[in-house]
Amino acid sequence: MSFATALRCRKCGQEYPLQPVNLCEFCLSPLDVSYDYKAIAKVLTREKIAAGPRDLWRYQDLLPVSSGVVDIGAGFTPLVKAERLGKELGLEQLYIKNDCLNPTYSFKDRPVSTAITKAKEFGFDTVACASTGNLAASVAALAARTNMKAYVFVPSNVEPGKLVGIAIYNPTLVTVNGSYDDVNRLCARLAEKYKWGFININLRPYYAEGNKTLGFEVAEQLGWRAPDCAITTAGSGLHFTRIWKGLEELSMLGLIGPVNTRMYVTQAAGSSPIVNAFQAGSQHVHPVEPNTIAKSIAIGNPADGYYALRIVRQSGGDACAVPDEEAIAGMKLLAQTEGIFTEAAGGVVIGGLKRLAASGTIKKNELTVAYITGAGPRTQDTVADIVRPFTVQPTLESFEEVLGMPV
Amino acid sequence: MAKRQVMFTFPQKLIKEPIIYNLGKKFSVITNVRRADVTENKGWVVLELEGEEKDIEQGIKWVTAKGVRVDPVIGDIMQG
Repeated sequence: MSFATALRCRKCGQEYPLQPVNLCEFCLSPLDVSYDYKAIAKVLTREKIAAGPRDLWRYQDLLPVSSGVVDIGAGFTPLVKAERLGKELGLEQLYIKNDCLNPTYSFKDRPVSTAITKAKEFGFDTVACASTGNLAASVAALAARTNMKAYVFVPSNVEPGKLVGIAIYNPTLVTVNGSYDDVNRLCARLAEKYKWGFININLRPYYAEGNKTLGFEVAEQLGWRAPDCAITTAGSGLHFTRIWKGLEELSMLGLIGPVNTRMYVTQAAGSSPIVNAFQAGSQHVHPVEPNTIAKSIAIGNPADGYYALRIVRQSGGDACAVPDEEAIAGMKLLAQTEGIFTEAAGGVVIGGLKRLAASGTIKKNELTVAYITGAGPRTQDTVADIVRPFTVQPTLESFEEVLGMPV
Repeated sequence: MAKRQVMFTFPQKLIKEPIIYNLGKKFSVITNVRRADVTENKGWVVLELEGEEKDIEQGIKWVTAKGVRVDPVIGDIMQG
């Protein structure tokens, strides 16, 4: 059974039945899932959650799905104390939420798990998305798991290496000749015409909710408390807003104390509309043309930018734009101190964290969680220059000579 | 008749031009503004366009050529 009661407009409060729709008919603003929190409070305890499966479905009471969940084991990824990285950055209580360890190597498995479960409930036999990598792989994998058809649209200039991680699950893979904007416009038209479950269009309210588990898990893994600081990156801004919502829900239900977490958002400097708006003191996030190596967060017109911005301000956090070279340095630093190989988006988080720690914005004794949301192997080209092996002949002498070993 | 929900973002140089009025007049498209924020520097408008498919298409092309950014109302659909 589900405790979700309705879809509610974020702007005007208009309510709608739980259907595959994402926009308010009146003000064309996004819709969010509402719940019967009083009923949830009667049944949900820390013990019940702890006795649940070791994946995101341990929080099923707080997700908008009924039963028969589509499960590839997403979620409940490690929260590791980052001693060595913390020392480098001058932070004594730094934790990494390592969401590289999801089944398709990114946090997208969380929202896609809830979206595809809901698509099944609605009776869709086909799901679709537009993506350059992580989302597409996750949609294709979960669709395969539940025997649904999947249409995945990618720009034709995506690196071939990325396509392998999608094609292996055998979706209908469509490369579109044109820019990102062209793909956006095509998919908006397709969503009007075809009765598919479009993951981040008509299924978006349900897709969004899976991201809350990033907040739930961290609180549980910290011994049922919210961190002092949380830092992550933003493409559309959606998962950033849902980490906050997840913490707020746990607090409202009495499962953790008051949430005083300061929320820090990082973006690549070449695609930073949310950071720009924060720094300009603006209420509105103006679109930009993305130009960054961090492709998974290269979103010029972020759907949840306004809401992410509001949470940064409301929580007393900050916003930080990170140049590509600092993102690459961040990737290397994380790998070489904690053994975690992240994609460039994770490098942006580490680059931003470094700046915020150096400026004293995040203080050394504050319990800080950095979310690393995707793994590096899908985008190895960004750090290909790191490969500089010693080449030796198969003899001891050659090895010692080339490496300058003391003989 | 088709309907399309879009967001227009105007640069400063176009703030004073009656673009939405002209769009309706030139292309027989009904424009229905739902949300907006326009200042002296820049502005955005969320609106619904209603008309023949080809008229809406041509109208959007004309607006884009004028220098207005046209996006799906839900923001970027493409994700990483």
